[in-house]
Amino acid sequence: MVEVTITVNGTSYTRKIHPLMRLLDFLRDELKLKGTKEGCGEGECGACTVIMDGRTINSCLVLAASCDGKEIITIEGVGGAELHPIQRAFLEVGAVQCGYCIPGMVLSTKALLDKNLDATEEEIKEAISGNLCRCTGYQKIVEGVKLAQTKMKESRGEACECGRS
Amino acid sequence: MFDIKQVYEPMCLKSALEIYQNNPHLTIIAGGTDVLINLRHGKYEEVELLSLQKIKGLDEIKILEDGTIEIGALTTFTKIFRNDIINKHVPILAEAAVSMGGPQIRNIATIGGNICNGAVSADSAPALFTLNALLYLETANASRTIPITEFYAGPGRVKLQPGEILTKILITKDNYENFKGKYFKFSNRKAMDIAMIGVAVLLNTTDNKVNDLRIALGVSAPTPIRCQEAEKTSLGLELTEENMKRISELTILDAKPRDSWRGSKAYREHLIKVLTYRALRELRGNK
Repeated sequence: MVEVTITVNGTSYTRKIHPLMRLLDFLRDELKLKGTKEGCGEGECGACTVIMDGRTINSCLVLAASCDGKEIITIEGVGGAELHPIQRAFLEVGAVQCGYCIPGMVLSTKALLDKNLDATEEEIKEAISGNLCRCTGYQKIVEGVKLAQTKMKESRGEACECGRS
Repeated sequence: MFDIKQVYEPMCLKSALEIYQNNPHLTIIAGGTDVLINLRHGKYEEVELLSLQKIKGLDEIKILEDGTIEIGALTTFTKIFRNDIINKHVPILAEAAVSMGGPQIRNIATIGGNICNGAVSADSAPALFTLNALLYLETANASRTIPITEFYAGPGRVKLQPGEILTKILITKDNYENFKGKYFKFSNRKAMDIAMIGVAVLLNTTDNKVNDLRIALGVSAPTPIRCQEAEKTSLGLELTEENMKRISELTILDAKPRDSWRGSKAYREHLIKVLTYRALRELRGNK
């Protein structure tokens, strides 16, 4: 057993774990954060996507032991008391059908928009290319990301602050 | 849960090499995107891991005094395709890096792991083959340099000696200066798919005449390969339509693609020719 300290959604957790426990199992079984889904378990589908130190990763392909000292954001940490603009946008355009891929989609979207709020459609598609969805055909998800861009710009008041229209 | 005895996590390369020397049965884990899948599939009956993830300084890209580009073995694919040195001097490697997996995989998978895993479909391999990349291998008390073109032994097998770790990939100046390159990854999906065929072409010309042409293929033989017949024949030729077609046809002499569910032998041979021609035409420009 090894001891790790991992910050998840702003809270620091110290646990003694098996050295080969995956980050996915750490989140779901140790911390009971069930929002992160396991799809394929081998890095093909992106359902288990979380953000580690600002970058998306597949939590099924990372050992929890190697996340010692890292900061993780899961779907539970995206919104606060209210839904995040990305989540609201997805709901409004109907980007969600069965929903299994959506936590990963939202985190890939967040990782993109946190760095580049003006991402083009091409950049959006690239950013979510590691997240498979078998229901929507992606069109509504891309529309959801675009609406999220608008909402996030409005809520940050960027339109007036930066001097652009 | 996996059957596991121990994971070593050294903080520096020196201790990693010493641990490996004393325990050559260890399985090395870098980014982990291949090793964790193998673990999941029960490929290892009993495994002890030597993790390189905590070692600092092996994920840097720099240009040495003599112009050699040095890439640390732990550099991720994301870092490679966003890196200024790579994009300026060896953009073919950036093209290859960004074609691999999806963003989440590229954020943790390392170029050293991609090479040492020995996959026939390794996306970094064809580009590195055309660049005559050198691999710097270290043990606790020795080091050696081997061309990547001599490193692959068969599907999933590479010529690493017991206790040896790949630490750097080197591309010398004479292998990238005055060259233009193009990598085509052909797969059913644009993202999250394994190549049906990978074609890398690196070209150096004067007045549209070939000084040096290198063509490397992935998924076309038990290891990545160079198309030596086509390369030899191309020397001194002017890149006319006819000659480009002829060179592309000759790639088949070195390629030995297989039938698989991903694509048939005949289709793969067709792709190799077409993609080589397409790369040549693009690199030649409008003449």
